[in-house]
Amino acid sequence: MTGRLAFHGRENFHGRGGFFGSGVFRRKRLAGRLGSLFLGLLFLPGFLPVQTVQAQEAVPERGVTINVYNWGEYIANGTDDSLDVNAEFTRRTGIRVNYTTFDSNESLYSKLVGGGADYDVIIPSDYMVSRLIHENMLAELDFSNIPNYQYIDESFRNADYDPENRYSVPYTWGVVGLFYNTDYIEEEITSWNALWDDRYAGKILMFDNPRDAFAIAQFILGQSVNTTDEDELAEAAALLKQQKPLVQAYVMDRIFDKMESEEAWIAPYYSGDAAILADNSENIRFVVPEEGTNYFVDAMCIPATSAHKAEAEAYINFLCDPEIAGENMNYVGYSTPETAAKAYMDEEIVKSPVHYPDEEVLARTQVFVNLPEDIGKLIDRLWAEAKMGGPGESAVLVAIILGFLAVYIAIILYKRHKRKRELT
Amino acid sequence: MKKISGRIYTFLIFLFLYAPILVLIVFSFNDTETGSRVVWGGFSLRWYQKLSEDRLILEALRNTLLIAVVSAVVSTVLGTAAAIGINSMKRLPRRIMMNITNFPMVNPEIVTGVSLMLLFVSAVRLLGGRSLGMGSLFAAHITFCLPYVILSVLPKLRQMDPNLYEAAQDLGCPPLKAFFKVVLPEIMPGIVTGLIMAFTLSIDDFVISYFTSGTTQTLPIYIYSMTRKRISPEINALSTVLFVAVMVLLIIINVRNVKEQDRPAKEEV
Repeated sequence: MTGRLAFHGRENFHGRGGFFGSGVFRRKRLAGRLGSLFLGLLFLPGFLPVQTVQAQEAVPERGVTINVYNWGEYIANGTDDSLDVNAEFTRRTGIRVNYTTFDSNESLYSKLVGGGADYDVIIPSDYMVSRLIHENMLAELDFSNIPNYQYIDESFRNADYDPENRYSVPYTWGVVGLFYNTDYIEEEITSWNALWDDRYAGKILMFDNPRDAFAIAQFILGQSVNTTDEDELAEAAALLKQQKPLVQAYVMDRIFDKMESEEAWIAPYYSGDAAILADNSENIRFVVPEEGTNYFVDAMCIPATSAHKAEAEAYINFLCDPEIAGENMNYVGYSTPETAAKAYMDEEIVKSPVHYPDEEVLARTQVFVNLPEDIGKLIDRLWAEAKMGGPGESAVLVAIILGFLAVYIAIILYKRHKRKRELT
Repeated sequence: MKKISGRIYTFLIFLFLYAPILVLIVFSFNDTETGSRVVWGGFSLRWYQKLSEDRLILEALRNTLLIAVVSAVVSTVLGTAAAIGINSMKRLPRRIMMNITNFPMVNPEIVTGVSLMLLFVSAVRLLGGRSLGMGSLFAAHITFCLPYVILSVLPKLRQMDPNLYEAAQDLGCPPLKAFFKVVLPEIMPGIVTGLIMAFTLSIDDFVISYFTSGTTQTLPIYIYSMTRKRISPEINALSTVLFVAVMVLLIIINVRNVKEQDRPAKEEV
């Protein structure tokens, strides 16, 4: 383990540990804490470019642990010869990382609101960032602590979800696209309408979450994905309802298995996750439909409740270091918002149109922003109706339950009647 | 004929029970780049190797095992003491106590989870702490394991002849010694069952842990968080390791039990 890390260090990280660590150290000295002078002496060789090996020496632990909350499987963790990002951070800064994972923006949100969990760095998606900003749950970042922000490409700054770019630093991005099996679908797919094509009935997969599913219908209808017009939403819901008989299943991560086993032929998914399919099998192709698509960003933020804001900013800064970002994205498979990081990534990934669609494709994309609560609820309801086949089905359910109840009461009455007769 | 159909029936039942585990084990050796759970790509140990390097999974596993061991032991001790107390109560208070004990078991897990979370959050705020974590997980797991231990120990106590304990004291044994020498061996099977049950319940638990974990991550929560991308076959490998470990443990226990049962039988002969 340590041997491999040291190797990585020598190969890829000349002197950067020194640069980074000293930044943290300087802040501490300004804070006038005791003992930092000693730390500084230990770290002095980091400034001298000749002694790069010594600069790689671990920084003594500072007794600070930051809590990081990220998506599952969303960071290089040292397996498959990747860089163990969190261990490397601890080694360079002496700040320990308690790294935990979530499955959806909504569970992140409920954890933050419910209290009882104290996070220092969280990585929600775009629309959740805007929601958290609106609810004053994020701390404003001190960008002087995040010098590596300079590497973030201009096109990823001041995005719609954080217009003034005060609360978030993009971590990854991607687009939603269609994956299809060329063995079964011979024509070239260029439109979302393929998901409504009768010829592929029963072989179509669809997103199992309302926002992504509605977005597809909205692209076909030429609506904005952030529309708050109820008529437009009803129109989109009608389209989804129309699609229902053709859909094999509404799934999320199971699309991998279904596509790979050729159980399904066509499915929409996030480029970064499904890229592994397109990269590894010849007959699976990825396309961004011409109507446009959803472009999403997962961004690093600091909750307003964080007790270690400076350390959290150091962590964000670390993840923005082009070398770290490059190594990290090599493993994660999503796209990096830093052009500088691409120099440290596998060439295949950087050149792949799945991972980095060209400008012309990106020009047709839209970003989710947070919707007002009542619209969110309306979408949830319309989605449930489209997926379940409308309120008619819940009437059936109620009828079944009432039927059971009636049978149960009848049995009790019959038994009581019988007992009375036996007594007399 | 009857015998054959009986055998087929037994076979089908076992197939039904063990087929998922078998599939899980087989696919833990699958050699694919994409981590497929359906397409067989040859034999390899890559997922085991990856597992051994994966600090996050191993840390989650360590947390889970630690919580399971601590909460099983603590809830067994507390539960046994409670069972002894309840057993010596009068009829009415005993009934009331038993109803109170049973209540958390019939309560939906999610209700228990949310209410424990609310309690812990306000307690932590009062005490000036910042976050839930290991401590609240211990407390939650001990809480929901306790009734099961009480329920498995109590019948053993009721089966036991109360005169045995008194006889030991009549013969000059101090109460504490009498408890350890007479009562404890008598109710041991119930205690062991309770311990094992508490352990498995704690390892299994997702819902309650999800709400009370704060910034500590247990294995079930970690696995659940993988669902956006995909559940890695590392989990297959880990489950296989756990399954084999438990099976070996059970076999050892059973073999020892059989030997112990054989011994007095031989002596009698």
